[in-house]
Amino acid sequence: MIKTTFMLWNKYNYVYIDGLVGTLWLAALTVFAATILGTLIAIMKLSKIKVLDVITSAYIGVLRGTPILLQLYFFWLLLPKIVPFDLSDTTCIVIALIVNASSYVAEVIRAGIQAVDKGQVEAARSLGLSSSNTLKKIILPQAIKNILPALGNEYISIVKQTSLASVFFVQELTTSYRSVQSATFLAIPSLIIAGIIYLIVTTVLTKGINVFERRLQVNER
Amino acid sequence: MKDKELIRVEGLNKSFGNLKVLNDITESIYDREVISIIGPSGSGKSTFLRCLNLLERPTSGKVYFEGIDLSDKRVNLDKHRQKIGMVFQLFNVFPHLKVIDNITLTPMLEKKMTKEEAEKKADELLARVGLTDKRDVYPTKLSGGQKQRLAIVRALAMDPKVMLFDEPTSALDPEMVKEVLQVIRDLALSGMTIVIVTHEMRFAREVSDRVMFMSDGVIQEQGTPDEIFNNPENIRTIDFLSKVL
Repeated sequence: MIKTTFMLWNKYNYVYIDGLVGTLWLAALTVFAATILGTLIAIMKLSKIKVLDVITSAYIGVLRGTPILLQLYFFWLLLPKIVPFDLSDTTCIVIALIVNASSYVAEVIRAGIQAVDKGQVEAARSLGLSSSNTLKKIILPQAIKNILPALGNEYISIVKQTSLASVFFVQELTTSYRSVQSATFLAIPSLIIAGIIYLIVTTVLTKGINVFERRLQVNER
Repeated sequence: MKDKELIRVEGLNKSFGNLKVLNDITESIYDREVISIIGPSGSGKSTFLRCLNLLERPTSGKVYFEGIDLSDKRVNLDKHRQKIGMVFQLFNVFPHLKVIDNITLTPMLEKKMTKEEAEKKADELLARVGLTDKRDVYPTKLSGGQKQRLAIVRALAMDPKVMLFDEPTSALDPEMVKEVLQVIRDLALSGMTIVIVTHEMRFAREVSDRVMFMSDGVIQEQGTPDEIFNNPENIRTIDFLSKVL
């Protein structure tokens, strides 16, 4: 089987490389947009405005409480019907991935900010530090250290979740597997190649995040 | 002793939901006075203290500082809080900032001091409390007593008119209580106005001009340390003191 796998790679590596490019592109887009959207939602949830809290809680509740595949179907079916211009399958799926990931990112950020000891805020405000300076100089620097590790995990999940786009034949790694598999009927070797590529990507990402975390903590020792 | 009125509270009430914590307190605190607030836990001592700088917003009533009503929402609270230092039971030093930056942060941001000015002042304060050699370390390296001394000078760096202490030694190991009390004692001798919520009865007796006994959200009895500790009149004061002395 090892031999078959190598043979398959030699013959079809361009299909996998194309798929990898698609996966990285999907993941990067989702990570970028979900971080921005998630931050906004976290801010809305933390604001003391009741309406925003209700809306964001519902948003997060629905997105975290239903299967992501179901959400992909939903956006894939719904979006083309409600927008007046043509939407590709890929666009629908990217939007769905972003919306889904934003709910997780929002919760990570909210939890990270709320985990900062209340006493820190009280101390800062009692000194006469303004609320904006308290946020900038006291809360956020401490929250970042809670947020980044969890956010790193979330980013790795996003990379893996992009594989669901294969259900809609969006160009990415799992779709590459499906193409090679149906062309060769070598199901397991073609799957192993895709798996190894995913593993390489997530391992590199994990290492990168670890280095980043260590640099962040070094100044408090 | 009784110079000018620094803080005045009028008809102060504070409730948390259905729980009434402070019940219609009217009281004045004068410049250069050292006041200890004693009483059983849950009596409202800390809440009373936290109302003085509006860390706790009163349910009703007014809090005047230098004649200005702090509970008025139009007042720039930050500006007045700069003159009311506060020290907490759990220190609340900023763990992500070095000792020196803990002290200089607020003077530089809110009083627009230059880095040099702020650090010069901070170094003087650190020397005063024996923390000069800790200047450039992070607070994780400090003992409880050292953290609390840092918290005190961090507040002093703003040149407050009054210092509020909320059980400053309750979270300390016994051997560190003394070093913190000594700093507060020196501060009292230097003429700082101090309001301290404490369970250190001996300390309250020694340094206070006035002792307030609180119970059930009311100042039940107050007077000189001699009056409160040697000749208490209120039955609750007598009962409380018999348990702690």
